[in-house]
Amino acid sequence: MSKGTLFDKVWDLHTVGTLTSGQTQLFIGLHLIHEVTSPQAFAMLRERGLKALFPERTIATVDHIVPTTNQARPFADNLAEEMMQALEQNCQENDIKFYNIGSGNQGIVHVIAPEQGLTQPGMTIACGDSHTSTHGAFGAIAFGIGTSQVRDVLASQTLALSKLKVRKIEVNGTLKPGVYAKDVILHVIRTLGVKGGVGYAYEYAGTTFTQMNMEERMTVCNMSIEGGARCGYINPDTVTYEYLKDKDFAPKGADWDKAVAWWESIRSDADAEYDDVVVFDAAQIPPTVTWGITPGQGIGVDQLVPTPEEIHEEDRFLAQEAYSYMDLIPGKPIQGTKVDVCFIGSCTNGRISDLREAAKVARGHHVAEGIKAFVVPGSERVKQEAEAEGLDKIFVEAGFEWREPGCSMCLAMNPDKLQGRQISASSSNRNFKGRQGSASGRTLLMSPAMVAAAAVKGKVFDVRELLLSR
Amino acid sequence: MVSEVKTVSGHGIPLVGNDIDTDRIIPARFLRCVTFDGLGEHAFADDRKAKKGNHPFDQPQYQGAKILVVNRNFGCGSSREHAPQAISKWGIQALVGESFAEIFFGNCVAIGIPCLTAEPAVVKQLQEILTTNPQTEMTVNLETMQLQCGDFSAPVAMGGGARNMFISGTWDACGQLVSHAEQVRMTAAKLPYINWS
Ligand code: SF4
Repeated sequence: MSKGTLFDKVWDLHTVGTLTSGQTQLFIGLHLIHEVTSPQAFAMLRERGLKALFPERTIATVDHIVPTTNQARPFADNLAEEMMQALEQNCQENDIKFYNIGSGNQGIVHVIAPEQGLTQPGMTIACGDSHTSTHGAFGAIAFGIGTSQVRDVLASQTLALSKLKVRKIEVNGTLKPGVYAKDVILHVIRTLGVKGGVGYAYEYAGTTFTQMNMEERMTVCNMSIEGGARCGYINPDTVTYEYLKDKDFAPKGADWDKAVAWWESIRSDADAEYDDVVVFDAAQIPPTVTWGITPGQGIGVDQLVPTPEEIHEEDRFLAQEAYSYMDLIPGKPIQGTKVDVCFIGSCTNGRISDLREAAKVARGHHVAEGIKAFVVPGSERVKQEAEAEGLDKIFVEAGFEWREPGCSMCLAMNPDKLQGRQISASSSNRNFKGRQGSASGRTLLMSPAMVAAAAVKGKVFDVRELLLSR
Repeated sequence: MVSEVKTVSGHGIPLVGNDIDTDRIIPARFLRCVTFDGLGEHAFADDRKAKKGNHPFDQPQYQGAKILVVNRNFGCGSSREHAPQAISKWGIQALVGESFAEIFFGNCVAIGIPCLTAEPAVVKQLQEILTTNPQTEMTVNLETMQLQCGDFSAPVAMGGGARNMFISGTWDACGQLVSHAEQVRMTAAKLPYINWS
């Protein structure tokens, strides 16, 4: 049993009581909703004659279905339009603030809450979306929930939950040039497995994380769920406070000092006890690429696609499935694999610093012939900031398309989709079969800088070589 | 509206494979909807299409099955409740597997579908029995925590909390959560960030 960790402290502070099932009733400090997983929840609420109990603690936006080219209403896709209208109506009926397209605040739900300062240390945060773990970067306990639980939060601002164990994932040292936060988390998942985290909250600790900025921390926490952990977090520190200061919803004036003092008090104690500890060395982490159909099937960009003999026995069945689906040959280098589509965006890597790193690689190069490459900013604010810095011009000059904000081809619920057997280099978080909109489409996950490198070379390419030649 | 779930009986359906994610259970294009109705026919849509009629969900011998037997880390990936909803709308009332992804498990509890775990060898044997003899009657019993499949029986497991919720009929927590509104307000009032001043 963990003791004295941030997880324990936040859990205890938010505990309302114990339910007859033995589960904990946990107060949820911030609830985020979007168009995909909320309509049925509102319908269930209506069925029971209920309304949102704390409407001011729920924030809505629209991200999954929005087109990234023409966003005029009504949407060309009737079903998308119907979902949009349902959200607008549900928010209105329940007095919930909705950041609609064109408000200047719309974007991927896990991008907008941090950038507005809604996400704060010590909060419990829930959203009907598994990548809610992103918000743990601030030292919040944040996790994805299903639609029935969205209903529960709306109805009671609480959830029925069982406490998780806490595993400390310590990474120490400085990352080598060309190695990014994305590589760190892909490396962790590759090592611990996609179900290694089941039953755990991950606490990311060590000097590698303390050196990271908030956006890098969000990338890491974002993919906790791909390692099976329902949530991941990093203890708040001065980097967190500097990021938050003066954000729209951050405490101001005297409240700010109170807040910082409280945030300091909820950090994991120096002598905190963990259920498990795993240690990594940052210097050992290479730019990482996935070769298979789960985020755990990753290798260093300069490595060979593993042969069945190199794979743990219980993972071989899945590896066989991956070889045939991906059409990659065991024992052959991943580098040089031709790609068709390059996607930069998503809640993992669609923030301003991601776009900056990708632009650094793209600048002065041109997207290789026959490659479709596009950049989708994570939010309206990210887009605006990028344009103010001229990143859009760099991308467009290099042959990338510059789009409107949304989830886009991360899961392809909007018109952005792979076609047939196309293979994509993607800065998103999931390479599951069919994830990017074509039932036979293929995805290679990597950092945004690596996606930019793949775009200009037309194939998987070690970004370190491009950076060295600068 | 909540009812006790103590046993589930019926035919079983084997689905072999580790790490079957929710994108495979219900591909994202079917999430463009505002109700869960009609999701059943799209369960495993892409896998079924790829298998051209040879997916268990299409094979005649498994039509009407109630218990789905899966392997490791079933339901990983996206938190979409559409996944258990699709499986349940197809007709499944309980799952037995080596392990389940956490959010998927929770979503199943919330809609009254128990997910029971069993040893890998047990799951393998079950899948073999159901493959060679699809008509074998199967029962999972949450009170005795045993499963029966023809002559074969084995223990199953489930986290204590969830098991109690099924047996006592409290798996739908919503009513209980709502009834504590006063305590909820008291807890909120003690949290500094609700009102810094
Ligand atoms: S960007 Fe992708 S992972 Fe993130 S919320 Fe959107 S669909 Fe989900």
